Amino acid sequence: MTALSAPETLSPRPSLIWGAALSLAAILWLWGQTVAPFAFEYPKAWQIPAARWIGGAIDWLVKDAAIGPIAFSDVTRFVATLIEQPYSAVLSILSTGLLSGEGSSAVQLWPPLPWIAVLGLFALLGFYAGGASLALTTVICMGFIAVFGQWQSAMDTLASIIVAVPLAVAGGFALGLAAWKTPWLDRALKPVLDLMQTMPVFAYLVPILILFGFGPTSAIVATLIFAMPPMTRITTLALHRVPDEVHDLGRMVGCTPRQMTWRVLVPSAREPLMVGVNQVIMQSLNMVIIASMIGAGGLGFVVLNALRRLDFGTGLEAGLAIVALAITLDRVSQALARRSRAELRQGNLIQRHPFIAVALSIILLSVLLARLFPALQTYPDAARLSTSAFWAAAVEWINITFFDTLEAIKNAILLGLLIPVKRFMLSLPWVAVVALLGLAGWRLGGWRLGALCASLSFLIAATGQWEKAMITVYLCGIASLIAMAIGVPIGIAVANRDRAWTITRAVIDTLQTLPSFVYLMPVVMLFRVGDFTALIAVVAYAVVASIRYTVLGLQGVDPRLIEAGRAMGCTDRQILTRIRLRLALPEILLGLNQTIMFALSMLVITALVGTRDLGQDVYMALTKANPGNGLVAGLAIAFIAIIADRLIHAAAETQRAKLGLGQQT
Amino acid sequence: MRRSIPFLTGLRPFGLAALIATSSALAAMAQESTDPIKLTLHDWTGQLITTQLMGEVLKKAGYSVEYVQADYLAQFPGLESGDLHVAMELWDTTARDALDASVATGNVEVFGATGMQAKEEWWYPIYMKEQCPGLPNWEALKEPACAEAFSTAETAPKGRYLGGPVTWGGYDEERVAALDLPFEVIHAGTDAALFAELESAYQRTAPIILWIYDPHWAPAKFEGEFVEFPPYTAECYTDPSVGLNPDAAYDCGKPFGEIWKAGWVGLKDKWPGAHKAIQAFTLDNKEMGLMITEVDLNGKAIDAVVADWMAANEARWSAWIAQ
Repeated sequence: MTALSAPETLSPRPSLIWGAALSLAAILWLWGQTVAPFAFEYPKAWQIPAARWIGGAIDWLVKDAAIGPIAFSDVTRFVATLIEQPYSAVLSILSTGLLSGEGSSAVQLWPPLPWIAVLGLFALLGFYAGGASLALTTVICMGFIAVFGQWQSAMDTLASIIVAVPLAVAGGFALGLAAWKTPWLDRALKPVLDLMQTMPVFAYLVPILILFGFGPTSAIVATLIFAMPPMTRITTLALHRVPDEVHDLGRMVGCTPRQMTWRVLVPSAREPLMVGVNQVIMQSLNMVIIASMIGAGGLGFVVLNALRRLDFGTGLEAGLAIVALAITLDRVSQALARRSRAELRQGNLIQRHPFIAVALSIILLSVLLARLFPALQTYPDAARLSTSAFWAAAVEWINITFFDTLEAIKNAILLGLLIPVKRFMLSLPWVAVVALLGLAGWRLGGWRLGALCASLSFLIAATGQWEKAMITVYLCGIASLIAMAIGVPIGIAVANRDRAWTITRAVIDTLQTLPSFVYLMPVVMLFRVGDFTALIAVVAYAVVASIRYTVLGLQGVDPRLIEAGRAMGCTDRQILTRIRLRLALPEILLGLNQTIMFALSMLVITALVGTRDLGQDVYMALTKANPGNGLVAGLAIAFIAIIADRLIHAAAETQRAKLGLGQQT
Repeated sequence: MRRSIPFLTGLRPFGLAALIATSSALAAMAQESTDPIKLTLHDWTGQLITTQLMGEVLKKAGYSVEYVQADYLAQFPGLESGDLHVAMELWDTTARDALDASVATGNVEVFGATGMQAKEEWWYPIYMKEQCPGLPNWEALKEPACAEAFSTAETAPKGRYLGGPVTWGGYDEERVAALDLPFEVIHAGTDAALFAELESAYQRTAPIILWIYDPHWAPAKFEGEFVEFPPYTAECYTDPSVGLNPDAAYDCGKPFGEIWKAGWVGLKDKWPGAHKAIQAFTLDNKEMGLMITEVDLNGKAIDAVVADWMAANEARWSAWIAQ
């Protein structure tokens, strides 16, 4: 802690302040138990009944809130019907066919697009955007889905993604643009975005269901809330980063404000904006499991149902089908953005629009062929592959052969590391922790940050969630450290090797989009329920962020600086430690920040294997339909995330100032 | 369910036939709404079977039926608002609180019991009898050697009992204390985690004792027994003086529970006939157990199992919709 000392201008020596504060805390921790028991356990009588207040407010919002004669829930229901229109249109093309009537008495007037047509269209889109290799990738991905018998469910999922992603991108971009133009909005939006991203979806699922109705629409709304923030953040950041020269150029050629935004700024910020689109797609596919719990069906439902039967193979196949969708959508959208505007073609209508012409003929041809050969309409059952038996046998073999070894490793880590840390964290007096957080905030970022950290952590104690919050911090803290310890070296190893990075990227994309449920149950079989299993799940997910940002930072280092270093006779090791890592430090710190966010977002999943943290509170509140409790626990998770985020940012700024890298906006 | 129909013969003849079939069936129920009745599907086989059985019966009566995939507990707001209409399996043992809260809003109505009984209790694989010869009598668990056989590194020398998710309740901590059992209660987070552990232990013939419920595929797939605790009485849970331990409640086994049908309160007015049919629906544990085994262990499709039952029990389901 002392290493992160503040600017030298403050009068007392920083180490002195920290020394005094830590000794005070230690004294309280060791001997305070009898003198000041309230410092250890927040007295029940002083608790703020936040759960009751929030529960009441939600109740009012969904039942009584009205603007004149129009109830709030009428407005949301209207929004729901607006979203439902494009959704059911896409669904009928991809999955159900054109129906007349509803439910089981509905009559299919026209069948959905044959699977072969969808496959062909994706291949064409891939070819249009990125040439033959991308076309091949899309065919492999979509073919995988068909061969493993997930086509029908995948189309249900694809329909909701096709509706949700453009809405999230457009909404996120509009908010980001507005925030970039109006600084006060930027400031106001920041905490809201933090909440949207860190609050577990389960916490606000019940109110959403009541407001938007049960079904795919609610799932899309929940997806929007979860997937939009990265787009907004990245938009604002990217527009700020556009160099001044570009602004000057725009002004010189006499752009109107509209032209300035759309013709100058957005194109020059295209690269980072596409990172935002990528994140929206990944986040949306992340929601597939939760969306299926509230009526969206699709691949998420297949995963849940398969794991309930412990059919790991089917669960994995459906999970990988989600990954295949993610990879297809992501690679195609990236390639579309990179593709420079083609010159206008000459000739007649078909010559001018060759791709549209091919697309139409693919549809026409496949619909005709599908009438002759039903196997082209619906992928035939007989040609399906299944790996269920293989996976069941594989898991059984590992279980029988290696269980004892794994058990020994697990016990060593559990008894040697996890349990002592957990006991230590739980024994800390909350008063001391709140005070130390306040102090850290003050030293790193001034009194405002100090006040923020102290008051947020105090609120966690005051709403009676201290113990569970500490378990949360312990689990996510250890998981983040392990993820960084694994992720940073991997990032260093692959950053400058194209081939290795391509493979690594496929692996981490898979880890990010494969529902953790898929590997959670086999892990339970090998390691039993409990903290260790939860730890594995959290690390597997959070390591994605640490690898991604380390690579981002290292790849961004100016090659001329490395050349200069080499010219001065630096060894490879010196170039790595003195130049590359040092210059990539801000990104690596951002990676740490994101690793923590990813870890916190896994809390609800870890509750499913029996940890006793805040995630469990959120989950229990959902199962008891108690939105007040869920939101309070969700807010506590968000507070932990915000404290961690702000402190790391402030530390990064301090570090940056020391290195003379200047301020980052 | 949503599934496209292979398209061989062209569109019109098929569409026309279906149209005639449905319209004639609907004519019989002219006074009722033609909107689809939405039944919720959850993620376990028994519930999928029960729901599709009900759905098929309602279709025979000429109703339009739609299945909606929904989480077991997240479905209640949908049932209250009328977005969803019928939930076919609400277990006393797991959804009691949520159901009570939902009924209290006045928007959800219980359509009676399904006739199936939820049984839940401590359960062990049969090979554990070698190490604890006194089982299934609960007193065998008090032997230190027996408890040790069930222990792990974290709990030793106490035995490790794997309980259900905390949300299920069950009073196992209280039971362990009241009966003075040398066991520690560990909670699985979900049902899937519970059975993953059982499968793992069974493959290795390793010790395990855990919470199992029935009707479920696990008692059919794995050979084992329920522990026999002192039988449950209502007083045992409420009155400390009743039972073996005069100073503590919960010194007995777990209660059997009903499995309820429930749904949107408006169903009665919108589809009165369907309301009666749903109320009349009953099955018993044995029938259900057989059907679950067919699906989960013999790999038959749910549709096929449901169709078999419909063919074999025509008299029964005809009576439900005849009322």
